[in-house]
Amino acid sequence: MIQRQHIVLLLLLLALTLFSFLISFSSGSSQIGFTEVIAQFLNPSPGLDQQILYELRIPRSIAAFVTGALLAMSGVIMQVLLRNPLADPYILGISGGAAVAALTAITIGLGGYWIPYAAFFGALLSILIVFGLARSSHNWSATRLLLTGIVVSAGWGAVINILLTTSANNSVYSMLFWLMGDLSVSRAGFVSITILVLGLLGMMYFARALNVLSRGDLQASALGVNVPRLKLILYFTASVLTACAVSIAGTIGFVGLVIPHMLRLLGARDHRVLIPAALLLGGNFLMIADSFARTVIAPQQLPVGVVTAVIGVPVFLLILRHTSQRVRE
Amino acid sequence: MTSTPNNPLLETRDLTLSIAGRAICKQLNLQIFRGECVGILGQNGTGKTTLLHTLMQFRSAEQGEILLEGKQLNAWSRKILSTRLGILFQSTQDIMPSTVLETALIGRHPHLADWEWEDAQDEQIARDALAAMGIADLAEREVNTLSGGERQRLAIATLLTQQPRLFLLDEPGNHLDIAYQVQSLNLLRTHVLEQQAGLCMATHDINLAARFCDQILLLLGDGAFVLGTCAQVLTAQNLSQAYGCEIRRIELEGRAVFFPA
Repeated sequence: MIQRQHIVLLLLLLALTLFSFLISFSSGSSQIGFTEVIAQFLNPSPGLDQQILYELRIPRSIAAFVTGALLAMSGVIMQVLLRNPLADPYILGISGGAAVAALTAITIGLGGYWIPYAAFFGALLSILIVFGLARSSHNWSATRLLLTGIVVSAGWGAVINILLTTSANNSVYSMLFWLMGDLSVSRAGFVSITILVLGLLGMMYFARALNVLSRGDLQASALGVNVPRLKLILYFTASVLTACAVSIAGTIGFVGLVIPHMLRLLGARDHRVLIPAALLLGGNFLMIADSFARTVIAPQQLPVGVVTAVIGVPVFLLILRHTSQRVRE
Repeated sequence: MTSTPNNPLLETRDLTLSIAGRAICKQLNLQIFRGECVGILGQNGTGKTTLLHTLMQFRSAEQGEILLEGKQLNAWSRKILSTRLGILFQSTQDIMPSTVLETALIGRHPHLADWEWEDAQDEQIARDALAAMGIADLAEREVNTLSGGERQRLAIATLLTQQPRLFLLDEPGNHLDIAYQVQSLNLLRTHVLEQQAGLCMATHDINLAARFCDQILLLLGDGAFVLGTCAQVLTAQNLSQAYGCEIRRIELEGRAVFFPA
């Protein structure tokens, strides 16, 4: 039964989303603040302000929201799939594959336009490698998948280091920005928004089965869930969501790990609530973090991945402390 | 095919099973009728759990067939099957945080359609099951704060919430003290009689099986077995052979009691 607290949570998150968009629209190095943004919406007046708002800020805010939403949803799915609360979207090596491909594109001098495509291709390659290696036996055990993913990840890590150490100085700078996660040139287009919406609908369809699956494979089978099929769907859904996020903005950390846990602590354990809530909170979190990234040392910009880590690490440690205290009580 | 009360709820025909090259049973013809309780006994590692898992269709039989309500087990859809067959596992995994009521409500999953949410009636079924197991007052508690015995009672309550027609129990006495063992099995036994359901439990506790079961399957470890009523199977000689240790049987207050010599 949907509980009143869940409806309240979702409504609050929707309200927060509106607010975060406004904050995000009014953050940047040029002085277009809250009031100017509202004025532009109520009473559009052509000019530089309008151009900055519509051509730079709004697309960037949307990219931030979509990326955060993709990562948080992927995190929820990975944590159920691997039945491991410490799983995040990158744990199975998807980001590593994307990074190697993106960095290679930078090394051989492909323009910024090609980097998202390279990253997406690298991510898909990694998804297939891990899937092929982990699947060779019939049982899709979480441990086997996790170990395969971690080892493949480590392999990509080595290649990334080779690329970093052998590249020319000027490209290393853009490589580091990509690796830390950066939204300054990001755009979320029709494809990524479609993937987000389809991912949400698909996962809402399976949400109740996810509740059952988080009690273990055998229990889920006993309650009528087709476990191998569901795991396959979860693996590919989470992977494609992650691949899409990584190709928009590089490897932004902590969103996919912290957001699901924050929501579980707020009482959203039922996946029918947790999934939409993660989408909204993940999107909001990344928009706010990106607003900081643009303004803290303006006119220079920080990579947003640095900001999410700076916020994410203490928040996660606090949550961990809080939960262990609750268990002791 | 409709099954009349005279047909068995579950039936195995010439069922042959083995695990890792070791035979569990050869040509087993077991019939579980409505209102009946069957006990599976045998030494550790003789395949009691594997047999239950085969009846759940988690693994397939080498030879022979299994029929539920007269229909081949593998002809049932997994989801419909879950409204007929339910199992209590030897241990439960609770890694993700969850409350007691949320956990019990999981049992309603096979009864709900796609996109459907549990309604007030489903919640009532879950709350009744918690009350029957004496943990109604723990409904809002976090599962990871429960004791081992409370978790086992929650697992039984979840199974009751699932409302299967055949209850498969793997070591139902796990983590329960002697009072709760008897109380829980009395409750399940009454439920099975009232609902004309069936029950099949694997256990290492001979006394518990003797007390609650009508029929006993004693696995001897090499594919051989003894199947029959309690009086036929639970003899000192059979048990001593099965467990490889001398077991005595005495009558006390009209009940057979078993203990190692």
